[in-house]
Amino acid sequence: MITLETMERPAWMAVLARASAEEIGALLRDIPTLPTHRVIRGPEIGLTMMRGRAGGDGAAFNLGEATITRCSVSLADGTLGHCWRLGRDRRAAELAALLDACLQGDALRDALFTRVIEPLRAEQAEAACLTARRAAATEVRFATLATMR
Amino acid sequence: MKPGFAEPVFDSQVGFSALMQAMARPGRIQRCQMLRDLPDGLEPAAAAALLTLADAETPVWTDTQGEAREWIAFHTGAPLVAEPVRAQFLLATRSMPELAALDPGTDETPQDSATLILQVEALDDVSGWWLTGPGIETTHRLSAHGLPADFLAQWNANTARFPRGVDLILCAGERLAALARTTRILEPTLLPENG
Repeated sequence: MITLETMERPAWMAVLARASAEEIGALLRDIPTLPTHRVIRGPEIGLTMMRGRAGGDGAAFNLGEATITRCSVSLADGTLGHCWRLGRDRRAAELAALLDACLQGDALRDALFTRVIEPLRAEQAEAACLTARRAAATEVRFATLATMR
Repeated sequence: MKPGFAEPVFDSQVGFSALMQAMARPGRIQRCQMLRDLPDGLEPAAAAALLTLADAETPVWTDTQGEAREWIAFHTGAPLVAEPVRAQFLLATRSMPELAALDPGTDETPQDSATLILQVEALDDVSGWWLTGPGIETTHRLSAHGLPADFLAQWNANTARFPRGVDLILCAGERLAALARTTRILEPTLLPENG
């Protein structure tokens, strides 16, 4: 179970990177105003090469390029927040970077965690579960030498 | 952390244009004023030159420390190397590394040589050396303050290695001027009367 105590920064960054600007914005409505921030880089759109491995243990190959948006912000006290996300949503990237910076400080962490990160995480976990169930229903097991060995 | 270029595309184009003009006309002073808010130790022209040239594929060496070093690593994305000889671009803010100790390229690939961006105390083009060579119609003046005492000897040794050799970008505040490896420096005392 992921809780505030055990949730590390990569985990909340991953949750924020998957949420749209509208989703984050809607959850932020009950949060006291966020501190002012300064954009250090971006939000800018670029490409990244996605690599894959056949079967999980084959040689790495280039699967294709994906569009990513990245943004880095700094708070007044110098805390840095970063976001790299798939897609072209600049506003979401900046918002996620700002929240990443806020989550590192004590002032807003609890409120942001319970009212923003946790609902987003639950929603994303449910969506992932639904996708996995739909995919599992279509699974075909081939009886091959490899699996029968 | 301070921001880098406000407009990454257009600002680096301006920087590239300034560097190209500087290399094409050695000794002519260009201005680079895109960066105004910089970490301590970095000046606008030198920082803009490095941000324009360096990327994830160019090893960078720098003598800056602390925030300035972090700023360079973050905004260029370049690997920072400890040995000057391994760097493709170098940013020296305090003292100049020995030119002979930098990568001069090879006779087959002289374009792989290092480029040294050197922050000096002051630059002007009305006094000092007389420059001559490709890109300079007759002669051109340039004066740089804050160079090591044996700079001319080092530079002459560098030009003697042509086509190998190091290119130098001198920066002071918002001003920059380049010395290509083909640029010959004549000391004022060695010049004939009409010079």
